[in-house]
Amino acid sequence: MSTQTAPALVLKGGPEAKTFLAEVDAMAATQVEACYQCGKCSGGCPLSYAMDYQPRQIMRLVQMGLDEEALRSRTIWICATCYTCTARCPRDIDIAGVMDALRVTALRRGVRPAERNVGVFHRLFLDYVRCAGRSYELGLIFMYKLRTLRLTEDLALGLKMFTRGKLAIRPEASRGRDEVLAIFREAAAGDAGGSAAEAAGGAAVAGAGPTRSGEAEGGGAR
Amino acid sequence: MTEKQPLRYAYYPGCSLHSTAREYDLSMKVVARAVGVELVEIPDWNCCGASSAHMTDPFLGFALPGRVLALAEEMGLDVVAPCAACYGRLAAAREEAARHPDYVRRLEKATGRRLSGSSRAWNVLEWLCQERVSAAVREALKRPLQGLAVAPYYGCLLVRPPKVTRFDDPERPVTMDRILETIGAAPVDFAFKTECCGASLGISRTDLVSELTGRILAAAADAGAEAVAVACPLCQTNLDSRQEAAGLRQGRTFDLPVYYITQLVGLALGASARELGLGRHLVDAMSLLREKKLA
Repeated sequence: MSTQTAPALVLKGGPEAKTFLAEVDAMAATQVEACYQCGKCSGGCPLSYAMDYQPRQIMRLVQMGLDEEALRSRTIWICATCYTCTARCPRDIDIAGVMDALRVTALRRGVRPAERNVGVFHRLFLDYVRCAGRSYELGLIFMYKLRTLRLTEDLALGLKMFTRGKLAIRPEASRGRDEVLAIFREAAAGDAGGSAAEAAGGAAVAGAGPTRSGEAEGGGAR
Repeated sequence: MTEKQPLRYAYYPGCSLHSTAREYDLSMKVVARAVGVELVEIPDWNCCGASSAHMTDPFLGFALPGRVLALAEEMGLDVVAPCAACYGRLAAAREEAARHPDYVRRLEKATGRRLSGSSRAWNVLEWLCQERVSAAVREALKRPLQGLAVAPYYGCLLVRPPKVTRFDDPERPVTMDRILETIGAAPVDFAFKTECCGASLGISRTDLVSELTGRILAAAADAGAEAVAVACPLCQTNLDSRQEAAGLRQGRTFDLPVYYITQLVGLALGASARELGLGRHLVDAMSLLREKKLA
């Protein structure tokens, strides 16, 4: 692909490759090993032109256990989960679900999103939901601009939307916010405990952290 | 979809319908009133987490919409979710509840509510096209939208993933086309009915959204559409707000008002432009209607 900027791939093989594959399969409730590289996902993907790895290449990375390459890719953050790939895959792989699993795994392992601004957006969005039980677009946009220093982008558009009453001035809180907070707490607790529960799949890798495996394996030492 | 379906629904507006998509909320209520359907807003509803939740934490992605489903169950009603993203998340949560009893347990522990899966989510199109509602629309029709060529744009989450939504055809849906025919408008067939608008990248990667919306608008305009109809606040916001930037990328000028399907239905049922929030659009939504003597 013309947008390909990634280094040459080195096959990891062995039990480690199987571990990562099993971890992703389990989380996405699908079978990435079924992929036979037909490329239908990539051909239909509306955002493939902006990705560093095509969706089919991501499937291959997962099959080969090249976790660092997959988790550090821009692709997983460019994907908008439109599910076109999932709907069309002749091998019935939930490709968009695999992208979810890779994003979740990247965050759990402390890998910073290669598309930084996309990561900032998701975090801020959920921060508002966590606090009020509902999202708050005006606050979200304001905080996003501050964090990403993209202060002037869309200023005119923002004003236009504001004058048409499309941006609520005050945040709206759900009366169920305590329950929502409890859900967030349960999610955080489950993730912490989850690593242990998923020990077979993830503990070794999670414990090793991104730097070590990134340098020792992703760099082509093997 | 049997005759037994009660014409009473739990209403889940979601966050967008209280801000960027207020006209969707307004027109939804206008239509419901006109066809005699009662929408009971879920009192303590919370955000479904949209894509941010399921992209970053699977339990969160399940539990936020899961709580909304639990609330609807307490009301003993099915849910109408006008936002395609909310609808998609509610449908996904119901599927996940069946697959992950541990998730259900954790949700029940955190919220003190029960989730059995008895309530299901309806999107606006399937809600509008069910026999009793479309019959009521036909009966109450006051101002058929004669001569209005509209591109029905479905986007992603109403039809995909098909195993979750189980609604219409994922590649070539026709439900909205049928609804447009019912209200006298002329649906325009075009190839980008279910292409993605870029969704939540609208804030973080505006360049990508301008490209994607440009392709959709170009396909609609080339097929002869004078306007676009949508059933999702994110689709509407992206197609409406990025139209100028999209035109620059495509080397042309677009002038396509982007209506919510409920605004068009409401108009055909005789509601005023004001009631339907038609003045809130970024791309002028009134001139075309005046030109056609529809408003």
